[in-house]
Amino acid sequence: MYRYDEIDRAVVAERVAEFREQTERFLAGKLTEDEFRPLRLRNGLYVQRFAPMLRISVPYGLLESAQLRCLARVVREYDRGYGHFTTRQNIQLNWPRLERVPDLLAELAQVQLHGIQACGNDTRNITSDYLAGVAADEIVDPRPYCELLRQFVTLHPEFYWLPRKFKFGFTGATVDRAATLTNDAAVHVRRRDDGTIGYRFFVGGGLGRLPMLGQEMNPFVPESDLLIYATAVLRTFNRFGRRDNIHKARIKIVLREWGYERFRAAVEDEYAKITASSERDSLRLEPGDIERVRAHFGAPPYRPAPEVAYDVERLASRDARFAAWLKRNVRAHKVAGYRVVYVPLKAPGQPPGDCTAEQFEALADLCEAYSFGELRSTYDQNLILADVPECHLHELWRALDALGLATPNVGLVTDIVCCPGLDFCGLANAGSIGVADEIYRRFDSLDAQYEVGPIRITISGCMNGCGHHSVGHIGILGVDKHGEEWYQVTLGGSAGNDAAIGERVGRALARSEIAQGVERLVQAYLELRCDEDETFLECYRRVGMGPYKARLYESETEEAAA
Amino acid sequence: MSARILRRRALIEDDWQVAPERTADLPPGARIIVPLARFRAEREALIASAAAVGVLLANTEDVELVYPEIRDRPLIALLFPTFADGRALSQAAVLRNRLGYAGELRAVGDVVRDLVFWLARGGFDSIAPRADQDLEACRLALDQFSAAYQAAADGRTPVWVQRRTQAAR
Repeated sequence: MYRYDEIDRAVVAERVAEFREQTERFLAGKLTEDEFRPLRLRNGLYVQRFAPMLRISVPYGLLESAQLRCLARVVREYDRGYGHFTTRQNIQLNWPRLERVPDLLAELAQVQLHGIQACGNDTRNITSDYLAGVAADEIVDPRPYCELLRQFVTLHPEFYWLPRKFKFGFTGATVDRAATLTNDAAVHVRRRDDGTIGYRFFVGGGLGRLPMLGQEMNPFVPESDLLIYATAVLRTFNRFGRRDNIHKARIKIVLREWGYERFRAAVEDEYAKITASSERDSLRLEPGDIERVRAHFGAPPYRPAPEVAYDVERLASRDARFAAWLKRNVRAHKVAGYRVVYVPLKAPGQPPGDCTAEQFEALADLCEAYSFGELRSTYDQNLILADVPECHLHELWRALDALGLATPNVGLVTDIVCCPGLDFCGLANAGSIGVADEIYRRFDSLDAQYEVGPIRITISGCMNGCGHHSVGHIGILGVDKHGEEWYQVTLGGSAGNDAAIGERVGRALARSEIAQGVERLVQAYLELRCDEDETFLECYRRVGMGPYKARLYESETEEAAA
Repeated sequence: MSARILRRRALIEDDWQVAPERTADLPPGARIIVPLARFRAEREALIASAAAVGVLLANTEDVELVYPEIRDRPLIALLFPTFADGRALSQAAVLRNRLGYAGELRAVGDVVRDLVFWLARGGFDSIAPRADQDLEACRLALDQFSAAYQAAADGRTPVWVQRRTQAAR
């Protein structure tokens, strides 16, 4: 991972000092709430239902053991003993006290963690493929480019006071594991047949109200022009993004109001103007700039594969629980003798994405022992140990199992993506964690989950869509109707290569109906599928909404008939 | 009574004034700032009656389109309706970095100390803080961060270019 030098360390320390002073001014009544809000948001601090929420940026989902130990310490000291991983690979604390946040940030700064631009109308933390560097389908490791862009947009003189938030998502693989098209800008790092590297740039994605997927702006921006193209896109947004209505301020609205052709012409025109002017010289990357950053993301010192491969399967044949874990939570690694181990934060009764201080600490030890000291967070609110030698899989499994971190449900029906919802969030209209828990209980048996196969259920407690409901195979959106919690259901969404916005089925279901409704949808799938190989999403796309809709509102039809 | 402003690194008495409605009886040596529309309408009269005429642009103005009309102005003022509305920062970037405007570039409006660092980096060499602001704090904010991650109109060497020379050593 990228390691700070003296320059980076100084900037983060200066940032803590700046925020400490701003917080003091606010607490002394010298800054109004309206004045303080944009300042605290740019340090990751929301004010929520019960307490502030602090979002900590985790660039590209990479964490190392020292950071995990620091997180364990701060969630005990400043919070209630746990943190929450988000769909953008970040960590949120739900209970810090405002007056102590500067101290908290100072502690985080010791291990190069911060909340700079984690919230607010600015360029947010960059997300990336969580299998970067270890995936067999990777074309180019995207992380050096992410890092170059991350530094470039940090405290940017022109793009720090944007109309609305702006998110970048990167991938350098053929499989999109980072939901890139749901970002304001998606960057696909590509290599041409002649070896030259470039970026396929998409713009205009975004969930929340009017969910949209990014559209291609340029099929191949040259490698040297990453910052130039990003400047063209951000400048177009800064100039033309709407500032009269917060709900219409994302770049996707500019694209929608202008139409694709006009929007794309504007971005390309700005790109051409920069390239033709002296601005280009100050933005153009030299090969050495990229290589220097790439050196931070080199492969760890893998050991050569043993001559006789370690026989994991033999162990599995003697232990069904280990076998289930091996099958569901362990994936191939591009280096022989290594595997990728998923650590789901989706145990029964665990709010999706939550991680306790004890788990942070234990994971610090485990990643040091088994995965070169590094842990990663995923788009699905899970964690992974990316570089585990096969010979350690069994002992790692035993350790994870003891921590409640070995539920063999990755990618299955209980691997639910879910925002904090009404239990914590000031924006939410309805609870989400409770709904996730009820759905979970209906599929608690592993056999039932394996029968259903890969499926993605996503839940957001409000329109803002932090739980990515609009790109779930089954998406659930909590809405408020006259003070009651209701849930709209969408089907057929996807955040991967076949990205699509889900379609709304019909009227919302009451809190008491929603879990059962989801169960009926899954039951419908089991009846409708051609065979066990046809996934929920494939089946939905083949048969369409009709039969699912009929099943979702079945009880209503029965009542009407009776 | 004139206000105090920050010009480059100095706190000074402002030597510009927002133009009064009638410019016929301006004192000798008066330096005035007028909105673009008025400048267009009264250009000759204004230039004749004042020692210097600067122009104030709305933050929705396309600076590339209007630049031929204002390129010889000694001062261009850009407006921040609220400090979190950063459109004028893009106008400044284009004026300085692409069009090469070398006159005084002034930030006016809801200019607070928490914005000063970004203004200075973005090419504003003249900053007129909101009346209630602590001017000394505004001056100190120029040095809020010791490093710059981008090349910008203030000419600071960005970190990633600094690292080129470090690597070369």
